[in-house]
Amino acid sequence: SVMELQAVVMAAGGGSRMMDLTYSMPKPLLPVGNKPLIWYPLNLLERIGFEEVIVITTKEVQKQMHIDTKMKLEMVCIQEDADMGTADALRHIQQKIKTDILVVSCDLITDVALHEVVDLFRAHDATLSMLMSKTHEFTETVPGQKGKKKTGEQRDFVGVDSSGKRLLFMANEADLDEELVIKKSIMRKHPRMHIKTGLVDAHLYCLKKSVVDFLADNKSITSIRGELIPYLVRKQFSASTNSQKTKNDSEKNQKKTDLKTPDEDLLDLAREKSCWNDHRGDMSDAYHGGKLRCYVHIMEDGMCYRVNTLAAYIEANRLVSEQTAQVGADSIIGAACHVSEKSSIKRSTIGASSCIKEKVKITNSIIMNGVTIEEGCSIQGSVICNQAVIGRGADIKYCLVGSGQCIEAEGQYLLHLSTTVM
Amino acid sequence: MAGTEGITQQELNNSTGETRDETDSRKNDYLQSKVEGKALSKEEKLKLRKEKKQQKKNKKDDKGPAKEEKAKKPVPVMDGQQAQQQRVVKRLPEHIQADDPAVLKKVAKKLERQQIPLRSDYGSKVSLFSHLHQYSRKAPLTQQMSIPSTVIHPSIVHLGLQYSQGIIAGSNSRCIALLHAFKQVIRDYATPRNEELSRDLVNKLKPYISFLNQCRPLSASMGNAIKYIKKEISNVSSNIKEEEAKTTLQNCIDKYIEEKIHLAAKAISKSAFEKISDGDVILVYGCSSLVNYILCDAFERGRKFRVIVVDSRPRLEGRETLRRLVKKGLSCTYVLITAVSYMLPEVSKVFLGAHALLANGYVMSRVGASQIALVAKAYNVPVLVCCETYKFCERVQTDSFVSNELDDPDDLIVTRKGKTELQNWQDIPSLRLLNLVYDVTPPDFVDLVITDLGMIPCTSVPVVLRVKNVDQ
Repeated sequence: SVMELQAVVMAAGGGSRMMDLTYSMPKPLLPVGNKPLIWYPLNLLERIGFEEVIVITTKEVQKQMHIDTKMKLEMVCIQEDADMGTADALRHIQQKIKTDILVVSCDLITDVALHEVVDLFRAHDATLSMLMSKTHEFTETVPGQKGKKKTGEQRDFVGVDSSGKRLLFMANEADLDEELVIKKSIMRKHPRMHIKTGLVDAHLYCLKKSVVDFLADNKSITSIRGELIPYLVRKQFSASTNSQKTKNDSEKNQKKTDLKTPDEDLLDLAREKSCWNDHRGDMSDAYHGGKLRCYVHIMEDGMCYRVNTLAAYIEANRLVSEQTAQVGADSIIGAACHVSEKSSIKRSTIGASSCIKEKVKITNSIIMNGVTIEEGCSIQGSVICNQAVIGRGADIKYCLVGSGQCIEAEGQYLLHLSTTVM
Repeated sequence: MAGTEGITQQELNNSTGETRDETDSRKNDYLQSKVEGKALSKEEKLKLRKEKKQQKKNKKDDKGPAKEEKAKKPVPVMDGQQAQQQRVVKRLPEHIQADDPAVLKKVAKKLERQQIPLRSDYGSKVSLFSHLHQYSRKAPLTQQMSIPSTVIHPSIVHLGLQYSQGIIAGSNSRCIALLHAFKQVIRDYATPRNEELSRDLVNKLKPYISFLNQCRPLSASMGNAIKYIKKEISNVSSNIKEEEAKTTLQNCIDKYIEEKIHLAAKAISKSAFEKISDGDVILVYGCSSLVNYILCDAFERGRKFRVIVVDSRPRLEGRETLRRLVKKGLSCTYVLITAVSYMLPEVSKVFLGAHALLANGYVMSRVGASQIALVAKAYNVPVLVCCETYKFCERVQTDSFVSNELDDPDDLIVTRKGKTELQNWQDIPSLRLLNLVYDVTPPDFVDLVITDLGMIPCTSVPVVLRVKNVDQ
């Protein structure tokens, strides 16, 4: 069967900005919420349906990595001291790449709906599709750091078009002298550009296979984020790309272009006959006739963190523990119990085989065996007997719920005795 | 009794011709009802209905859904008496019933079997159109599918996304993109062991078609193309090697596109050229790839005319037409549909594109086309519809309600000066937004249909269909 996307996780280095932590433990193995950091991107990939992942890492990480996952992990080891950039690593595995790839960094913790990024890649036949998120302020104090955050953070300038999806411009403050220079060709094609600075690059990229082949021929590119992405964004508007019939003509394999052209012609014909255009106001065809397109999905809300500094590491830990169930030390949980995320249990006893769903707050209560408590309930100072079922969103205060009783959803009970009345 | 039954059976055979798809017992019921006529009592009618339902269920379990479509296509025209007694009405597959829970359950079961997620409706619908589906563009089908897609071929997923987001819109465009995707599927197809390509490939295509239908209801052109492909695949002989079969199929697809779309466009353009005279003022509506082609071709060949492009919200497709024609060098005027009656006194001809031509001569086109035709008729301006023969459909429709498409209602919301009045339209219980896509123009308003078979009046469409069926 045909594979649509191959996942690649980059876990071979980094941590240069938090040497205090990473000098003894490699970054992919740093514990966040009692799980190694690399578990989070792998879990994301597993949740959305990937079955195989290529993990590029070092021998040291591979030895110590024990991830419980159903996916097939193909570990590719590179030398610790080889000083390989992320693009070099991609070049290293070029033979394994058979189709378009999804590159994820090992330090990404996010709950993004990945279909948003991949849909941009699919629908517009894009060369690059990436994920970015609005920065969140770090509230916790960073140990060992006096005062506010270091001002050494270089800003990223990201230019998008009026739809907010097409990536027009990307530059880092470090590469600019004093002015931000934008080419006239971009302004002519996209007169309305929104330039954003408060964005975090999630280092999650969907790249076409031809980009990997291009990397193989251009050995000067070492880093994906540092060199490849800005190059692709710039190349969208370079004169040479738009004058050629097929994109990356010189970089593509000649044999492949011969096979592809008649089918690509058909797709071009379909687009030509379609009455859709991505912009209006000028005389150009859709996409201005450009073959190379870069898209970005900017997350407005939701969690998206890159654990590459000490502050980010602490913040990530705090968030992750907020997400999981909080069981206080003053509570006793029975065997075979299932407590879902975002539930909180304080000073209570839960019997065996009980099932507690999401966002449940249990305080000062006794829950006996086999009880099912649905989402969003709040139980305070109560006794819930065996096999009872508490419906969604119920609010129970100082009540006694008898054996096998069912409390209806959204019920509000105060000082109530719910038993079978015979 | 038996004797009369026998005779009527023969008569029936001779009159309706093809009865190959009806089982014998059904025929007998049919005949029984015809013979006994008004004498059927309520209990017998109920019994008949139950039997027919049971037979239908059995048939469905044996055959696949596609065959069921084929079986339902040649529906013999029943006269009033028989229609009365046969209460289990055979609905054509295009008749969507989104408000009937039993039908919805059946569809959900079928999709579950094919491992395709079910797309849920969005927003409250106008009651007249509550039998149609209404989806939101912000909730694509890919939300519920795994990435990377394993059940559906990647090019079909790409296509479905492009349909649902409107990137590929327009009858011809959708059909060509569909055939392109099918070529990819065939290219990547490998016959499993103990299976025949002719049967297995058709079964492979069924979930893909369901998926595309969920993304956006299939157009008539796509439906006809799919029928053609399925026929070609099932005609592949089992002797030839797989590679050869695949190449043959791909060549068939190329031939279909070449013949039915390219050459047809050239033929239509040639006929239309005779109808365009120097000094003409031609009115076009929306964006039809065929009409644009005709106008550009006529302009290239030296005719001097000007064009009035009529456009309508929310799609505003006329802007694309305007751009393409002006790029070619034609002098154009652009108006919204509200100004049509002011422009018509200076118009000499109206050219309309069609999404499909129905068997009773009605023209199914973008919503608003019937209004243009109506106003043109009032002003005695000739209306010419340009349509390739592959878009001819065996469906019969007299109104725009029964079979239509509802687009995303949020498209109607517009932001002016930073204010969006309709932002919370869902909170107002008595407010509904309606975004229709198609409407139906009666043949009285259409003066000529230009097809690749020539210039025919609207009422000759069933003749063309019959001729086409005989050919195939």
